[in-house]
Amino acid sequence: MSAPPLLEATALTKHFPLRRGILGRQAGLVRAVDSISFTIDAGRTLGLVGESGCGKTTTSRLILHVATPTSGSIRFEGAPLVELDRDGLRRYRRSVQAVFQDPYASLDPRMRVGAIVGEPLVINERPETAVLRKRVLELLELVGLPARAAELFPHEFSGGQRQRIAIARALALSPKLVVLDEPVSALDVSIRAQILNLLRGLQRRLGVSFLFIAHDLAAVAHMSDTIAVMYLGKIVELGAAADVALRPKHPYTQALFSAALPLDPGARREEIILSGEIPSPLDPPPGCRFHTRCPLVMERCRRDEPPLAPEAGRLVACHLYPGSAT
Amino acid sequence: MSAPVIAVEDLRTHIVTRWGTIKAVDGVSFAVGEGETLGLVGESGSGKSMTCLSVLRLVPRPAARIVGGRVRLDGEDLLQKSAREMQRIRGKRVAMILQDPMSSLNPVFSVGMQVREPLISYHGLAGRALRDRAVELLGSVGISSPAARLRAFPHQLSGGMRQRVVGAMAISGPPRLLIADEPTTSLDLTIQAQYLRLLKDLQTRHRLAMIFVTHNLGIVAKMCDRVAVMYAGRIVEAGPVEALFRTPRHPYTRALLESVPRLSESTDWLTAIEGQPPDLAALPPGCAFAPRCPRVMERCRAEEPPEFTPAAGRSSRCWLEAPA
Ligand SMILES: Nc1ncnc2c1ncn2[C@@H]1O[C@H](COP(=O)(O)OP(=O)(O)OP(=O)(O)O)[C@@H](O)[C@H]1O
Ligand SMILES: Nc1ncnc2c1ncn2[C@@H]1O[C@H](COP(=O)(O)OP(=O)(O)O)[C@@H](O)[C@H]1O
Ligand code: SF4
Ligand code: SF4
Ligand SMILES: [Mg+2]
Ligand SMILES: [Mg+2]
Repeated sequence: MSAPPLLEATALTKHFPLRRGILGRQAGLVRAVDSISFTIDAGRTLGLVGESGCGKTTTSRLILHVATPTSGSIRFEGAPLVELDRDGLRRYRRSVQAVFQDPYASLDPRMRVGAIVGEPLVINERPETAVLRKRVLELLELVGLPARAAELFPHEFSGGQRQRIAIARALALSPKLVVLDEPVSALDVSIRAQILNLLRGLQRRLGVSFLFIAHDLAAVAHMSDTIAVMYLGKIVELGAAADVALRPKHPYTQALFSAALPLDPGARREEIILSGEIPSPLDPPPGCRFHTRCPLVMERCRRDEPPLAPEAGRLVACHLYPGSAT
Repeated sequence: MSAPVIAVEDLRTHIVTRWGTIKAVDGVSFAVGEGETLGLVGESGSGKSMTCLSVLRLVPRPAARIVGGRVRLDGEDLLQKSAREMQRIRGKRVAMILQDPMSSLNPVFSVGMQVREPLISYHGLAGRALRDRAVELLGSVGISSPAARLRAFPHQLSGGMRQRVVGAMAISGPPRLLIADEPTTSLDLTIQAQYLRLLKDLQTRHRLAMIFVTHNLGIVAKMCDRVAVMYAGRIVEAGPVEALFRTPRHPYTRALLESVPRLSESTDWLTAIEGQPPDLAALPPGCAFAPRCPRVMERCRAEEPPEFTPAAGRSSRCWLEAPA
C-alpha cells in the first residue's frame, strides 16, 4: 500500500446558521460546504475553483483549523484532527500555513519585515537572536528579497514584493501544506508570473503541498496537479488538472472553462453562456444544484442529487454519465 | 474608416501628489469609429482610467488637471465645452460603466428612480411613456420581469444584475460612445460571459463606439477590434487585435503576452517580466520600460523613443523600430 495522502478530507461539511431578529431565531442554514471529499498529496497542488460563494474560502478555513466542521473529518498524515491533543493540534497548525489575496492587509504596517517574517519562529521556537537572524535572511533569500529588506517596513515595498514577504512568513515554520487563497489576484498582471514561478520553485525545492484557490482558471491549471470544481458547496468534478481544464465532463465545468477566454483573437470555440444567476447557498436547488442553469438538464436532475462518481478517469457528479446510476 | 466618433489627440493629464507632479496621461492619441471597440490594456496605474476620465472631463479635482490635447466627439472638442454642456453630453452622448456598479448607483433610491432620471432630464419623458421606456431599457439588458425590478433597491440585486442596471442607464441616450472601465472585473466568470455578450449586443444594436478598459488579455481578444497598450501614462503600442496578438512589436507587449498562463499550453515556467511596475513619480530618463526590458540598448536609457509606424495601422514607441 502506498503512503497515505498528506491531507484527506472526508464528507467535510460546514453549515452556518442564519439568525434573524433579537431572539436570534434560526432563520435558515447557509450550506457553505456540503459534504466534500478530496485529498492532497505530499509535494502536490490541489486547485480549487468555482464562483464566489461556492465555498472555497470556507474549505480553506476548515483546513487551517480556524473554523470547525459541522460534520465530516480531516486527516493529516493519516491522523484524524479530532483525535489530536493540544500538542498535536499545535503541530498541525504549524504544518499548515496560509497566504491570502491582499498583501496590504495581511502584513502589520508597524513591524519591520525581518520581524514579520521571523514572528512565527519567535512565537513557536524562541530561537537565539543569531539563529533567528540567519533563518530570516534565508527565508528572504528563498523568496528573492535582498537581505536589507529585513530592516524596512511593508509600505516600502510594491505589491509583488509584499506578497513575497507574506510567502516568506508562511514558510518560516517549514510547513507541509500552504493554503494560497487568491495569491496573485491583487497583483499587477506584469508580476503575477514572477510570483507563480516563485511558488512553483519553492514547491520543487521544499516539497511543500499547496491548496491553490484562484478565479484565474489558466493560472490554476498551470499550478495544479489536480483540480476540484465547486458549485454551491459541492464538488462537481475532481480530477487531473489537464483532464478537468481541457476535457471537462461536468456541464458546469464546461461552462466555467469556456468562459476563461483564450489569448487568441481568431480562436473559434464553442462558447457556453449560462442563463440565470448563481442561486443562494441558503436555499440551494433540490436534486442537482446546477439544474437551474444547466443547458442539458433532464427530468431526474430536478429530483435526484447525482453522486460524485468515476467517469473518464476523474470524478463527476452528473446524471449524464452512467456512474451516477448507482 | 469614416469619420471617427471619438478622436483623442495628444491628451495630457497631470496629477499633483505628495511626491511631485506625475504625468498620469502623457500624450495619448487614439480614435474609435462607429461600431468599433478599442481595448485599453496595461497594468494598474498605467493611466487607463485617467484617460477615460479625461475624455469625460471627470478627473478628480483639484489634484488632477487636463493640461493639453483635444478630445473630439463627432468633431467637437470636448475640452472647449462649458461645464453645463459637458453635463448634457455625459447624460446623453457619452456613457461610462465602471468596475464597481455601486459607484454608479445610489443605494437609497430604487432602480426605477435611477433609470428614469436621465429619461426625465435629457429626453423630457413623463407618465406612461417614461414608465414604458424604463421597463424597455431594463428588459433590453436582460433583466427578467423588468416592471417588478424597477421597485427593487440596488442592495437587493446581485452584482451581475446591478451591472446590468448600470448598462441600462448607460444606453438610455443612446450614447455615441460607451466607455467601459473594467466592467466585468468584479463579476464571476459565467456572469462575466453573460455581460460581455450583452455589451456586444448593445454595441451592435446602437452602433456604439466603445472603449473597453481591462487588464484581461483574453477579454481584449474576444471583444476588441483594435487595442492600445499603455505603460507609464503612454500608449506604447497600438494596432488591430489579431495582428498585435500574433506579432507584438513592443517588448512590453511581447512580455505581457508571454507572461500570462494559457490553458492550452502546459509549461513548467512562465516567462516572467522582471522588475517592478514603474513609479510615475520617479520615471527614469529615456524609455520608461528600459529598467525591465530584455532588449534594452544604450540609447534607450538616454533618449525617449518617439512613436514609430512599423506597419499600416500599427504603432510602437520603441527604438527597435528606428530605421537603421
Ligand atoms: N461566517 C459566516 N456566516 C454565514 N455565512 C457564511 C460565513 N462564511 C461564509 N459564509 C457563506 O458561505 C458561502 C461560501 O463562502 P466562501 O467564503 O467559502 O466562498 P468562496 O468560494 O471563498 O467565495 P469567493 O470566490 O467570493 O471568495 C457563501 O454563501 C458565504 O456567504
Ligand atoms: N485621485 C487620484 N489622486 C492622485 N493620483 C491618482 C488619482 N487617481 C489616479 N492617480 C494616479 O494616476 C496614475 C494613473 O492612474 P489610473 O488612470 O487610475 O491607472 P489605471 O486605470 O491604468 O490603473 C497612477 O499613478 C495613479 O496612482
Ligand atoms: S445532473 Fe443534470 S442538471 Fe446536473 S449537471 Fe448533470 S445534466 Fe445538468
Ligand atoms: S526603447 Fe529600448 S528599452 Fe524601451 S522598449 Fe524599446 S528596446 Fe526596450
Ligand atoms: Mg473566498
Ligand atoms: Mg483603473
